[in-house]
Amino acid sequence: MKGFFKSSIGKKVIMSVSGLFLILFLLFHLCMNLVVVFSPCAYNEVCAFLGSNWYAVAGTMVLAAGFLLHIIYAFVLTVQNRKARGKDRYDSQNLPKDVEFASKNMLVLGIIIACGLLTHFGQFWAKMMFAELAGCEGLQFGPTQGAQWINYYFHDCGGLSIALTIVYLVWFAALWLHLNHGFWSAFHTVGLSNSLWIPRLKCIAKWFSTIICAGFAFIVIWAAAGAIDTKTPCCPKGKPEVHNQCQSGHHGDKPCDKPCQGEKPCQNQGK
Amino acid sequence: MAEGHKSLNLTLKVWRQAGRNAQGQFKEYTVKDISTEASFLEMMDILNEQLIETADPDGPVAFDHDCREGICGMCSLFINGRAHGPDDDITTCQLHMRKFNDGDKITIEPWRSGGFPIIKDLMVDRSAYDKIMQAGGFVSVSTGGVPDANAIPIPKPDADEAMDAAACIGCGACAATCKNGSAMLFVSAKVSQLALLPQGKAEAAKRAKAMVAKMDELGFGNCTNTGACELECPKSVSISHIARLNREFLKANVKD
Repeated sequence: MKGFFKSSIGKKVIMSVSGLFLILFLLFHLCMNLVVVFSPCAYNEVCAFLGSNWYAVAGTMVLAAGFLLHIIYAFVLTVQNRKARGKDRYDSQNLPKDVEFASKNMLVLGIIIACGLLTHFGQFWAKMMFAELAGCEGLQFGPTQGAQWINYYFHDCGGLSIALTIVYLVWFAALWLHLNHGFWSAFHTVGLSNSLWIPRLKCIAKWFSTIICAGFAFIVIWAAAGAIDTKTPCCPKGKPEVHNQCQSGHHGDKPCDKPCQGEKPCQNQGK
Repeated sequence: MAEGHKSLNLTLKVWRQAGRNAQGQFKEYTVKDISTEASFLEMMDILNEQLIETADPDGPVAFDHDCREGICGMCSLFINGRAHGPDDDITTCQLHMRKFNDGDKITIEPWRSGGFPIIKDLMVDRSAYDKIMQAGGFVSVSTGGVPDANAIPIPKPDADEAMDAAACIGCGACAATCKNGSAMLFVSAKVSQLALLPQGKAEAAKRAKAMVAKMDELGFGNCTNTGACELECPKSVSISHIARLNREFLKANVKD
């Protein structure tokens, strides 16, 4: 493998493998986020689980390394490509329409995605995992109240919430284009492609990027519509359907399975 | 002029550059009564006759050409924003004037890529491709005559794919079109045409490494799989060969 990573193909392989790793992370992130649609309390449990535990921190470090590698090599390759292209440009260039827009603009799309990522970090990561690690206090919500943070940014902030929803939808559109090309291109670069599989990989890329981006967009729209219920209290851990009045003796010492009169039932947050 | 043929009056916007390090610029020329049956290079010949007759200070336009049958890969013009002109799957020498209309303004440029420095006007130095071939684009044969065609059985799909890759004429349209100035389609075609055949497999690993190393050394760019090279290739060489080159290169490095 001597000199492999210095070669043009070696550098492209680093881009591809780090890209595929980030794609897997996106899939995991979507699955995690979708929980909030079904149960805000369960989502907060996921947030608590992925808080500042050593495995979550280690995972974040690996993820950050993947991002950095992908971004650094994107710039390294772009600089080399510009040099290889030379200073002179064609007076006019009419590329065939079959050349994908995304394939010609991956760096620009990547920069848009990175900007969106920084916004996202500031909104969520800084106020959840980082706040917990740094021991920050006095924020509107705790580091494990992911559902409340989502509601706050996309629903409770009035005009800012509308703006953020639009920004996120633009972000997902850029992500869709980036993934649509990046997915099949990554397989092509590591050699896992041929004339039969190129159209298949392109089709899979289209479906995959649509599922990922539509999934994220759905969650944002769901939150913007105020559909995430953060008002109903979560059940105490291990005692689903139990709430204070029941525990205080209304039903005796036994957990009740129905809310007491005039009382709002708590959400089942998992056993 | 035969019946049905039309003649065209055209304005040509041609890149003129006296030498490798000279400052180039576009100059406009008018050519009249060009038959729609003429080839593009014949039209260029007519322009050059006109420039000689009028004793143009820049002299005739220098451009590459040889076989004029779409085989040698010498012609290399970028016409109206496309390598080898507006038609698909042909070289410049196979382009005919019937693809243009009377009164058209045609922009003619040389390949513009860091790997192909301009020698003069529309003529570029494509010796970089020769150097890549010299690095490993061959099968070493130490002795013996031509073996019997049936002595080494080759599956038909492999033979077909090798022939498709071998169709590459090394004209440079791929690198000239690529926004990254990448020569990956050319190198992959040359690696594929041999890697697919038993005769070429023995040196496949060495070849892939040597040709990629030479390509990098000569300053060609990195492939970002835009597919523009495949669409502009006059021989329709598929980018699937690029995947094979990547595979061969990875295999060669893992074996080390």
